[in-house]
Amino acid sequence: MAEQMTGAEMVVQALIDQGVEHIFGYPGGAVLPIYDAIFQQDKLEHILVRHEQGATHMAEGYARSTGKCGVVLVTSGPGATNAVTGLTDALLDSIPLVCITGQVPTPLIGSDAFQECDTVGITRNCTKHNYLVKSIEDLPRILHEAFHIATSGRPGPVVIDIPKDVQFAMGRYFKPQAQMSHPTYKPQREGDIEAIRLAVELMLKAERPVFYTGGGIVNSGPEASRNLRELAELTGFPVTSTLMGLGAYPASGNQWLGMLGMHGTYEANMAMHDCDLMICLGARFDDRITGRIDAFSPGSRKIHVDIDPSSINKNILVDVPIVGDVNLVMEEMIRIWRAKTNQPRIEAIAPWWKQIEKWRSVNSLGFTNSDTIIKPQHAIQRLYEATRGRDVYITTEVGQHQMWAAQHFHFDQPNRWMTSGGLGTMGYGLPAAIGVQVAHRDALVIDIAGEASVQMTMQEMSTALQYNLPIKVFILNNEYMGMVRQWQELLHGGRYSHSYSDALPDFVKLAEAYGGHGIRCSDPSELDNAIDEMINVNKPVIFDCLVSKEENCLPMIPSGKPHNEMILPDTADIGSIIDEKGKVLV
Amino acid sequence: MNANLLPTGSAYFLTQQTQTPERHTLTVLVDNEPGVLARVVGLFSARGFNIDSLTVSETEHDKHRSRITVVTVATPKILEQIKLQLERLVPVHKVHDLTAEGNAIERELALVKVAGVGENRVEALRLADAFRAQVIDASTESFVFEVTGKSSKVEQFIALMAPIGLVEVVRTGLAAITRGAEGM
Ligand SMILES: Cc1cc2nc3c(=O)[nH]c(=O)nc-3n(C[C@H](O)[C@H](O)[C@H](O)COP(=O)(O)OP(=O)(O)OC[C@H]3O[C@@H](n4cnc5c(N)ncnc54)[C@H](O)[C@@H]3O)c2cc1C
Ligand SMILES: Cc1ncc(C[n+]2csc(CCOP(=O)(O)OP(=O)(O)O)c2C)c(N)n1
Ligand SMILES: [Mg+2]
Repeated sequence: MAEQMTGAEMVVQALIDQGVEHIFGYPGGAVLPIYDAIFQQDKLEHILVRHEQGATHMAEGYARSTGKCGVVLVTSGPGATNAVTGLTDALLDSIPLVCITGQVPTPLIGSDAFQECDTVGITRNCTKHNYLVKSIEDLPRILHEAFHIATSGRPGPVVIDIPKDVQFAMGRYFKPQAQMSHPTYKPQREGDIEAIRLAVELMLKAERPVFYTGGGIVNSGPEASRNLRELAELTGFPVTSTLMGLGAYPASGNQWLGMLGMHGTYEANMAMHDCDLMICLGARFDDRITGRIDAFSPGSRKIHVDIDPSSINKNILVDVPIVGDVNLVMEEMIRIWRAKTNQPRIEAIAPWWKQIEKWRSVNSLGFTNSDTIIKPQHAIQRLYEATRGRDVYITTEVGQHQMWAAQHFHFDQPNRWMTSGGLGTMGYGLPAAIGVQVAHRDALVIDIAGEASVQMTMQEMSTALQYNLPIKVFILNNEYMGMVRQWQELLHGGRYSHSYSDALPDFVKLAEAYGGHGIRCSDPSELDNAIDEMINVNKPVIFDCLVSKEENCLPMIPSGKPHNEMILPDTADIGSIIDEKGKVLV
Repeated sequence: MNANLLPTGSAYFLTQQTQTPERHTLTVLVDNEPGVLARVVGLFSARGFNIDSLTVSETEHDKHRSRITVVTVATPKILEQIKLQLERLVPVHKVHDLTAEGNAIERELALVKVAGVGENRVEALRLADAFRAQVIDASTESFVFEVTGKSSKVEQFIALMAPIGLVEVVRTGLAAITRGAEGM
């Protein structure tokens, strides 16, 4: 099946053969041949962005909401360096991306040529793998291999750097093989059956169990979410999730404890602290979860299922490590559990549930509402109520609004929640929303934003307009980099050094300047109508929601504290809680 | 209870060392593709691991396989992370911790330049003989010795040459292989 074509044509053909329908990119001298090949076909739709960082976040949103690989195309030099933030973001959040970068012609590499940069050197540590294609003979293999590596095992970003002369060269193209195999890269998918048996045995004996689930369930695909639900039902155990795993288990489920971690619920964190068996499924014991490691869940046995062996025993030592795809492992767990009993452990864990109910009654997500000023938590709750039952996708920027969204917007399905968790990249949400909308044209896609974050990639509004992508940017405008302000209140005596959002643009006029629709709301009694207006306008919308300025995002486990020392809502003086040791932590 | 009832380390209180660092020799079998050494070395620097010695060469030309021998000093827990992180790199076939597996032979080669006249020359030759070092260059006032052996032997030889008139040393870094019939 070998066909003669140019390198540029191979790129386009390989993308089509890999099932790619949309790519996000920005042209420049070193990718002109590829742009020319794109021009001459109509199977691939190219979305022209306004900044290469935007392209990477769009591809991330696209990938996370579809389960497919996101694809980015950028030019050499500044095109590649502008993509670095999004690549790093995708690496930390395990998002499958293939990013094609143009490079100066091979004879010029290393000569400080115009728009040359060492792309493979710069991106080596922020990609799962990267390639510099030195010869046209290698190109088809590398293109297909890149998709295989990006999407299998622990997903991640892969860069293919293609010099311009290779794009012009003629060579033989071949199609991807049905079964990709690689001489050295062989992720392990099946879990060790003995370890799984031991895990189920511990589960059958547990009295205070908890499922601690994460982004790995979403990575593993929709089947994994179904199996998680089945496993939860079968066992009767409570379920909590990290920020990255929200929606894998339904927030409306009876066994749902809410998110855990630094801004998680009291019941989720107390259950983690006091459990006797922790079953970690596709989560990585991040420091936002563990808090103080030597006080982390001191009395529990721990089972950890992860496809990446290096995630296991990295931060927390576990008793039963299981390397494998979490979906396959859960399937085995269900089968083995069923073979032993058909009963959930209702009676045995009844006292545990009773305890959990006590923690729940603390109502750790509570807040004092107001009828004169919009509370940010209230705004999210109204947004959630107004959009219930619709086909909704939520993206966020980074900060307090992100945490409030995680706490007060509820997800019953996976792939509906796109947020930058690992890198915490302000400016992620707006382009991510565009990427989601490209994949789901008729859905309601909302970026829950902060007024500071959203200005980092605001120019992508122009992309949204160009392609008629009616994204909704819902800004919780507190006129502060609220998360920074909160930490300054906690740790630095309330000295708000450079965290005030001064000289803000008029977001309504800004929306209109882009050709979109602007809404402003500051009165709680008008909020519902304003939200309805936002939903019903079939255009990109910027909603400037003016909220209380100095609200703190609670509950919170302060740095350096164990899980059972959370700051609960309505704590008056948060400035005196963290000691000197805690202050050096992030 | 945490695994194996070991006390856990803490990212928040890193000074609280519960394990003592050990010196280990790792063999990393890789595809000799461009950038592979940078990937391996970059991983050490990016994650704050140490490299004490590094030896690299293509060892199976037909398969483009290289062996990278790395000597590192780390706690057992960090060593495990190093190994798993290395194995995660796409062009890496296998990583062996020769120290943990035990029973490996380790050799190093050094070229040692010594300058001196009279009694010092005689003494230098006498010591070289005792260490089975070869003279590979000589002038009226200098020698270059080639010495091979365990790192400790090489160290000792260099230390003895210091008072005699040591000028400079170059070392290859460690090469290591397992004993017996089995390959990696
Ligand atoms: C301001 C801010 C505050 C935050 N506060 C919180 C907080 O309060 N609570 C919180 O939870 N997070 C919080 N985060 C996010 C946090 O930083 C981490 O990103 C997040 O906790 C990591 O989620 P995870 O453990 O699910 O891992 P992910 O980053 O989603 O990693 C997935 C894990 O699953 C594994 N995996 C992937 N695919 C598979 C598969 N098929 N099978 C098995 N395993 C697989 C991977 O190897 C990896 O170990 C916050 C972030 C920000 C920016
Ligand atoms: C690119 C980038 N720079 C800096 C930070 C540090 N940071 C985290 S949250 C935050 C403030 C965000 O402010 P805003 O978008 O208004 O959200 P709020 O917390 O007010 O809801 C900053 C500066 C970051 N996460 N990303
Ligand atoms: Mg703000």
